[in-house]
Amino acid sequence: MLMSVEGGAVAIQVDDLRVVRHGAVVLPGLSCDVAAGSVTGLLGPSGSGKSTLIRAIVGVQRIAGGSVQVLGQTAGAATLRARIGYMTQAPSVYFDLTVRANLEFFARVLAQPEDAVHRVLADVALDEHERRVVSTLSGGERARVSLATALLGEPELLVLDEPTVGLDPVLRRDLWNLFHRLAEDGTTLLVSSHVMDEADRCHALLLLREGQLLAQASPDELRAQTGTRDLDGAFLRLVEEGS
Amino acid sequence: MSGRVTVAVTLRVLDQLRHDRRTIALILGVPCVLELLLQQLFGRHSAVFQEVGTPLLGLFPFITMFLVTSITMLRERTSGTLERLMTMPLHKLDILAGYGLAFVLVAIVQATLVSLLAFGLLGLDVAGPQWLVVVLAVANAVLGSTLGLLVSAFAQTEFQAVQFMPAVVFPQILLCGLFVPRDEMARWLHVISFFLPLTYAYEALARTAADQLDARFALDVAVVCSCIVLALALGAATLRRRTE
Repeated sequence: MLMSVEGGAVAIQVDDLRVVRHGAVVLPGLSCDVAAGSVTGLLGPSGSGKSTLIRAIVGVQRIAGGSVQVLGQTAGAATLRARIGYMTQAPSVYFDLTVRANLEFFARVLAQPEDAVHRVLADVALDEHERRVVSTLSGGERARVSLATALLGEPELLVLDEPTVGLDPVLRRDLWNLFHRLAEDGTTLLVSSHVMDEADRCHALLLLREGQLLAQASPDELRAQTGTRDLDGAFLRLVEEGS
Repeated sequence: MSGRVTVAVTLRVLDQLRHDRRTIALILGVPCVLELLLQQLFGRHSAVFQEVGTPLLGLFPFITMFLVTSITMLRERTSGTLERLMTMPLHKLDILAGYGLAFVLVAIVQATLVSLLAFGLLGLDVAGPQWLVVVLAVANAVLGSTLGLLVSAFAQTEFQAVQFMPAVVFPQILLCGLFVPRDEMARWLHVISFFLPLTYAYEALARTAADQLDARFALDVAVVCSCIVLALALGAATLRRRTE
């Protein structure tokens, strides 16, 4: 296992990552790491390169340079596929199937037992909707079906792209509690969000803007470093300092 | 490859179809209605019905499965489900075989239904074995599926995917020998038809109808099978784990 500068084990190590999409440089040379067993928030405005970084970590993004190491292997390695749970930004489930049919399908693909479906449905509070066809669900409910799918294989690393968009505050709190429970059991979570008020629920933050890493720190460190009270203010201070 | 994932994909595709009753009705009903129209239009004993009836029966699954596969695969690509599957422990061939198996099952039902109607009620005659027409129809369905899978990689929207049908399928139907025997075509059209898979699919059906199950028939079937393998290989190459 790799070690970070602070001495803890590292689950994700990104070095000088360069990504060009459709002729535009999205990540010019990004370096950062994610501590094993942590809940790390990937924050930044939309268009800052969060999804691209996430796609590079799960190994579906073609990269132009640099390296991404995940759980000690190069991102995209075949042996990593059973160890990572990935939730894309758009709910990538089958809209014409029921909630249950979706999860049963992905459970079969991942060779998971039937109880896994019940477990993840309870985790995202969708057990009462299991017979509903996904297209009849609200946006937030669809996102939770997608999240449940990512939880299926009890992966060591969960990479979640904006899992809490459009959810009411109660559900959001419940999901963040779930993320922390998973982290306590040893799962590493990388969670992207463009909402700064979710940042406080993370152990560590990666602040991204226009493909550049503005900061990698804990919420408290960030506030101390910038002399601000809220993280929105910290973000603005960092942008002003950088320009 | 694993049988588990292939079966999972097949069951899922069939489940999706099951939720879409209207599509099932269209897949099964439209070829029957067209076969009936043809018989009513030209008459039970007309040369046209007897000559066109069998190719229609045998080529229709090709068209249906071309459309169904290109749209379903396009949806899979644009909805992010393909990207999700690509991050999971499975082989690309699992996905393709799963789809193939599901559509073969649908094609068997479709071709059996139309042939029961055409041979049983409408009075369509074939000199060769009727079951062979059904087998060829299913093979053509697989060919249509693999070509549909391939073109879905070149479509960004469902509008484009639908337009690939006339673009890819119509010229092949015009040039396959159904409307004008290939020997009587202008030289350049004859040359083009030589390279189109549907030419051989049609030829095999026509030879079954005439009970000419000779070496030429075997060659036609071999060409259709080779085209399936080629289109599948090219289609598999378009399923990429990493995209831009």
